[in-house]
Parts: sequence; C-alpha cells; structure tokens
Amino acid sequence: MSKKKLFSFLGGIKLAHRKEYSSEKAIAPLPMPKKLILPLRQSAGSLPAPIVQVGEKVNKGQCLAAAEGWISASLHAPTSGTIRDIGDYPIAHPSGLVAPCIVIEADGEDAWGERQPLLEHADSERLDPETVQRYLQSMGVVGMGGAVFPSHVKLSKAPGVPLETLIVNGAECEPFITCDDRLMRERAAEIVSGIIFLAELLEAKESVVAIEDNKPEAAAAMRAALAARLEATANHIRVVVIPAVYPAGSLKQLIYTLTGKRAPAGVLPPQLGVQCFNTATVYAIWQAVARGEPVISRIVTVTGNVGRPGNLEVPLGASVADVLQYAEARPESDGCLVGGPMMGFLLPDYDAPIGKGANCLIARSPQFFPHKAPESPCIRCTNCAQACPQGLLPYEMYWWSRARDFAKAERHNLQECIECGCCSYVCPSSIPLVQYFRFAKDALRTAATKKEMADQARERFEFRQFRAEREKTERTQKLAQAAKQQSAKLAAENANAAPAEDLDETRKQALIAAAIERVAGERAKVGCDEGANATEAALAPNHGNSA
Amino acid sequence: MTAYLFLIIGAVLVNNIVLVQILGLCPFMGVSKKLETAFGMSVATTFVLTLATGSCFIIDHYLLLPFGFEYLRTLAFIVTIAAVVQLTEMVIARTSPVLQQTLGIYLPLITTNCAVLGVPLINISHRHDFVESLLFGMASAIGFSLVLLLFAGIRERVEAADVPRPFKGSAITMITAGLMSLAFMGFAGLNR
Amino acid sequence: MEILVAISVMALGALVLGSAIGYAAIRFKVEGDPVVEKINAILPQTQCGQCSYPGCKPYAEAIARGEAEINLCPPGGDEGVHQLSELLGREYKPLAEESQTEKKASVALIDEADCIGCTLCIQACPVDAILGAAKQMHTVIIPLCTGCELCIAPCPVDCIAMKPLPETPENWEWPYPQIDKSPDAATHAPMPTAAADIQ
Repeated sequence: MSKKKLFSFLGGIKLAHRKEYSSEKAIAPLPMPKKLILPLRQSAGSLPAPIVQVGEKVNKGQCLAAAEGWISASLHAPTSGTIRDIGDYPIAHPSGLVAPCIVIEADGEDAWGERQPLLEHADSERLDPETVQRYLQSMGVVGMGGAVFPSHVKLSKAPGVPLETLIVNGAECEPFITCDDRLMRERAAEIVSGIIFLAELLEAKESVVAIEDNKPEAAAAMRAALAARLEATANHIRVVVIPAVYPAGSLKQLIYTLTGKRAPAGVLPPQLGVQCFNTATVYAIWQAVARGEPVISRIVTVTGNVGRPGNLEVPLGASVADVLQYAEARPESDGCLVGGPMMGFLLPDYDAPIGKGANCLIARSPQFFPHKAPESPCIRCTNCAQACPQGLLPYEMYWWSRARDFAKAERHNLQECIECGCCSYVCPSSIPLVQYFRFAKDALRTAATKKEMADQARERFEFRQFRAEREKTERTQKLAQAAKQQSAKLAAENANAAPAEDLDETRKQALIAAAIERVAGERAKVGCDEGANATEAALAPNHGNSA
Repeated sequence: MTAYLFLIIGAVLVNNIVLVQILGLCPFMGVSKKLETAFGMSVATTFVLTLATGSCFIIDHYLLLPFGFEYLRTLAFIVTIAAVVQLTEMVIARTSPVLQQTLGIYLPLITTNCAVLGVPLINISHRHDFVESLLFGMASAIGFSLVLLLFAGIRERVEAADVPRPFKGSAITMITAGLMSLAFMGFAGLNR
Repeated sequence: MEILVAISVMALGALVLGSAIGYAAIRFKVEGDPVVEKINAILPQTQCGQCSYPGCKPYAEAIARGEAEINLCPPGGDEGVHQLSELLGREYKPLAEESQTEKKASVALIDEADCIGCTLCIQACPVDAILGAAKQMHTVIIPLCTGCELCIAPCPVDCIAMKPLPETPENWEWPYPQIDKSPDAATHAPMPTAAADIQ
C-alpha cells in the first residue's frame, strides 16, 4: 500500500461540520408506520411499471414495480401488507407536486417473502458482470448518496479502458449529515465485503475508501474491517483520509482529489478509468447479493431543531412527518430540509415519503439557520468565483440568468454547475445564486424539450405532406394502369386468344410484385416503425373512402 | 515605416472616426444592440471602407485631377461608394444570408454612412498617397469596428442591468456613448 | 466643351461600375432562401394555421419575403417573437391582437365513449398524431400532439376537447428567485410533533 499524493481542487469552502448532534447516535430502526407511500420515481431514468393490483397482499421485499428499460430500477415492498392504492400523492420534491405512488397498509407482521441471494445461487466463483447488473436492477439498487442513479448502469465499464481506481465515497461533506459515518462505524464488515465484491467484479487495480478527516472513528472502523480481510490486501483496497473541504464528496471533486484526473463535460468517470460508489450504495449492493434483500429502507439522519436527533433506519415510504414525530421535532421549527443544508431543499409537504435518496432531514430554526440579510445587488467582489469548485464565474452566470438571457449564461458554462451552494454561501450580498442557476437550467431544459418536440412535429408534418403527394401520384398511376389494362383486355377479347390472356395475367402479377417492392422500399426509407404504423393507421380511412 | 504606424494608431485611437470625429454615428447607435450584428456591421464596414478609399483615390487621381474636375469629387465618390456597397451586399448575400438579414437596412445604409464618404475626403485634404490612403481607410474602419464592438458589448450588459426607468433604452445608450467618447479623448495624450 | 468632357467622364465611370455590379449579380446569384430554414427552426411547428398561413413553413417563407409580420404566432409566444426579431433584426412587436391569447400547452383528448370513428380528425391532424380506423374508436397519441386544435372543428359529435398538460415533478421548473425582503413572512405548515397526533 503506497501513500499517494492527494490533489486539492480549486475553490471549495470550510464549513462548520455540525455533525456532533447526531454522530454519536447509533442507527436505530424507525417503528414501522401503518401506511407507506412509495413513489414510483425512486431513481433517475424511466419509471418502473407497477406489477401489483390494488387489494393485493404483498410480502416484505416483494417486487411492486418492475424496471422498464436499462436506466431504471425496480421497487419493492418495505414491509408485508396490502396494496391500498396506486395513484398520485405528494412526493418529497421542491415543487410539492404529486406523482404516481403505490400505497401499502402494513399488516404489522413484517413477514419476508422468498429471498434469493445472488451469491448463493451463483454456479461459478466468477460472476458474469451482466448477471450481476440485471440482478441489481431487479433489486432496485440505486445511488444512495442522493443522486439515485441506478447502480447497475455504473457497473458497465467504458470499452477498452481498464478500471484503475474504484472509489468508495464516504466523504459525507455536507454539514449535519452523519448517516454514512454511522454506517461505516457500525457495518464496516458488510461494506468491506461489498467493496471486495465490486473490486473483483470490476477488476479494479486499486480501491479507495475516501473519508473526510472529521470522521476519524469511521476511518478507523473501516481500516480495522479491511485488516480483517485477506482479500482486501490482495485487491489493493485502502482507506484514504481527505481534508474536509466542502464539496470534497462531490463526484468530480473527489475524483480529482484522489487521482488528479479531471472529467471534462460529457466525459463519464469510467472513461477516465475511475468509478465511484457511495458507501451506502456499496452496503445496499452487498445486502442484495449476499442476503437477497432489495433496497427497502435507508439510513436517514434526522437532526436540527429536534428533541431526539439520530440516525434512523427508515423503511421507504414512511412519511417525513413519521420521522420528525419520532425524533420529537420541536413545534417552533420553521420548515424541514431534505438533504443537507447546502444542496437540500425545503420540503413543502410533511406527508411526503422518504425515498431512496433522502439521506437527511433537518428541522430548521433560526438557531441553526440564522436569517440571511435580504438579497442586495451584486458588487462583483468575485468571492463566488473563488469559492466555486468547478472553476466557474458564478457572478457572470448570475448576471445573465437574472436577465433571463439563458444563452449567454450557458456560454459561461452554466451546465457545468453542480449546484453545490458554495457561491450562495460566500455571497456578501446574500444573492441566492444557486436558485438563479436552477431557474436558468430548468428554462434551458424546457426550451430544449420544446425544440425537440417542434423538430419532431416538423418532421411528421413534412412526411405527411410527402405521403399525400405520393398517394396522389400513386392513384393517378393506378387509374392509368387500370385504363391500360381495360384496353388490353378489350384487345385480347377481340383477338379471343387464350395465350395472350395468360401473358396479360403474368404481366399483372409482375406489376403487383413491383408495387409491393416499391412500397416496401419506401417504408425502409422512412425508417421508423412509428411513422410507418401511423401511416398505416392514417391510410386506413382513405382506403375506406376509395372503396 | 514609423510614419505608417503613427498613421494607423492615430486613425484607430487618437482621431477615432466615431468618438472623436463624430462620423458614422448612425450605425454606431443602430447596429450596436447585439454583439453578433455589430460584428457583421464591423466586417462589412471595414471591407467597404478599405475598398472605397482605394477606389476613390484612383478615381480622384486618374479621373478627376487630370481633367480638373475637383468640383465633381463628392458626386463621383458617392457613386463609387454606392457601387462598392452594392458589390459587398451581393457577396454577403451569397456567403452569409443570415448576416445579410441581420444587417438588414444597415448594409445599404453604409452608402450614406458619412464615415465612408468622410474618410476619402480626409485622405485628400491630408494629401495621402495611395498606400497611406488605403492604410488610413483601413485603420479608420478598424477604429470604427473597435468602438462599435466595445459599445455593443457594453450595451448587451446594460440591457441586463437595473437601469432606472427614465434612463432605459436610448437615454442610457447616449450616456454610455458620451462616456466612451470622453474616454477616447484621453488618447489625445498619446500625441505628447 | 468642358461640361461635355465632364459628363462623358462621369458616364464612363458609371458604365465601368455598372458593368462590375452586373457581373457580380450573375457571379454571386443566391439560390433559394436559406433564411427560411432558420425562421422555420424557430417556429413551434404546431402547423396550427393561426398565423393565417397553411402551416409553419409557409409562414416562414412569408416572413422571409417580408410579407408577414413576425408576431402572428401564438403558440410560439412572446419568446418566439423575440427570437425572430433577433434573427431578422426586425423591431420586436408584441403578439398581434387577434392572436394575443397565449395558451397553456395542452393536448387534444378524444372522449372515446362518444367517438363514432368518422376519421375526420385523423385527416385534419397535421402531424399524424391521431390513431384509428373507419368505424373504430380513435385516440390521440399524446406525446405527438402539438395542441394545434385543428381536429376540434371537424369532429361531428364534438368529442374532442383540449386538456392542459399537467405539471409534474419531471417538467416542473424552478421559479425565478423571489427577492425575499422578509424571510420571516414565509409561512410553513406546523411542524408535525409527537404531541400533535398519535394515531
């Protein structure tokens, strides 16, 4: 194990850690609520499709919705009970809007269904990566750090690039949050097993567990767990303590800190020979492959203005209100943040459920979050540019976002912004910079969707016109042909010769064959099934009319 | 050589055609709303102005002076400039239709751009030879382009700023132009 | 005499310049009008005909010819007029009065119980977004519908209605930041506390 030099990224800020409220509280299970609301949207990508009916009895761990497409993950029942409803409920989202959810009424028995751990059923010692990927997708494993990107997708390597470094992200750089810290302290053995599993599967040359220097206990626990396993040395797995500079745990910054590699826009980590998983994700992967347990709960730090701060193992679908009540949230709190204080959002509705990405709930109060001064004009002090870990110019992006000149904001690399909140934190004018960037990014996204839809509409419109034109020419051709045939027939009848009729028949056959070929050729040219189907559908009535 | 250098620096900065000589204000105000349009206008003007000074010099020296037709100068120059502008428009229409659309009415307006007529006349009053004329024309055009682009950049930013309501639009534009003019007066200090 | 010389010299100059321009006119002849494509790319392609032209492309052509105003397209909205004015360097104008009502993005929805399968709407749809056959129920392919409303008028049983697209967490946009003068004014639902409800 060689000591390697760490790289320090540009910008970033030192924050008060505020982890002391919950860091010494052991992980405790949240009592199972009566009702669980499970949003279908639990991962990036496409929504899984429900495979259960209202009124159906389900066991704990039973699949409720199956993944649709590759970037999608399945959803499972966190406890045994009855499906009460499949419909729209408010979800934990800054908009406070409703989204499709599955509602389970718990029966209190918490009875597991059949579990099929991958490792027990595996025939050979070496597992096929694709089998593992399909298995993890069916187990609903997604990034538990908050991004909820389906983990199985990240197991694909870039073609031709060997995996140099497997990074296990235990940095947990946001203030207040301690769920990964506690997980590493209490369940280090499982995490280490998971790392070994991933390192062997991905044939990683080395693996690094990155932990910020404000969590020495977690680092010690992980080191001890690694020392206990011989495979850990064989696979070059080590713990690296990194300086606690926010946002050290952000993907790009962490990769740079550990390897010195910079990922430009559009380049994915595997292309650099790096892959990164959150500690909680590694734990979830191990729980799935070794125990056959899908992701049905997560550890949530509940802190801030609460009587009993701590780290709770919360079944998915438990409402934020359930957790806050259990933690004895003080009534004078003014709102609840989901996620950390830097990147989290203010929850509009306490009935919203905990999802796979909700790592922290913070009851807000002036004691923890002193009121900021109202926004005042930008004085171009460039503090934000110095704090930006992405090396952007937030004051320029702000200037154009504020004026709704999104093209210019984009020219200042708005899309590179990771919304870490450093710029807003250091701004002496209390400008909510990140909010402006989110606003601008969303406006750009909507514009792009609109453009895409317009392009599609234009294509379809032009094809429709082309088709109308083609039909017209075809009809005139057909009429001409019919007339020709008629006259030929008449001529044949006049001649009254049998062989001539045969000849006519063969010519007709040939014509029909040629027409079929031509149509097939045109279909192929159009190329998209959708267009062809719609064409067929739209053609149908015309046939009806002409008939 | 140094004489040419001084000629260029003088035309670009010290005696800037727009901000010091106050010629060609129409496109300066009209086409400075967007940086891209301003750039197109700059390129078109540079092209036209250089060509116009050259052709005007030739017309003046080989057509007007030998016959003693100095009194026809303005007329002859305007005709020449009009022809050159027409030519430019055709080339632009072929090479960049969007540029042509964005320049809109301003491209034909180069015909009556007083800077384009002014520079050949200044050339004659300064008794520049052919090379000096060309250089002076080009340098003036560069000076025009420089301030037009600077001004367009400033205006784009000002557009996004919180301008007090009475000053919105043309008012703040005029003030900005005035301040820029003041700033360019400072280059007179280069002249010892 | 001198006047004649002057006139002939000027005429000669004019002739030379004129022939140069004439040559350029042939040499740099512009074929087609590429601006139309650029204009068409800005238009929303709903093909709704609210601009009084039969589709987006004809409207784009009319704009390029300078025959049409740039503010006749309600689906494109204010944003679209701004983009057109930027592209063409024409003065921005607010949406024309008769087309002032900028509507929320919506899609057509066929009441499938009432549909008699007449195929009239299918023939009206400019983007082939309605699926169905004669005497069969029709349905709108929602992702393809541009909300142009052209199918509403032909329906003999009035079973097509426009339905605004719902706002979901996926298409929701972060709002423009409010300048919050008094952060205390923000009202929050009361914190759920253990005492509040024990069920």
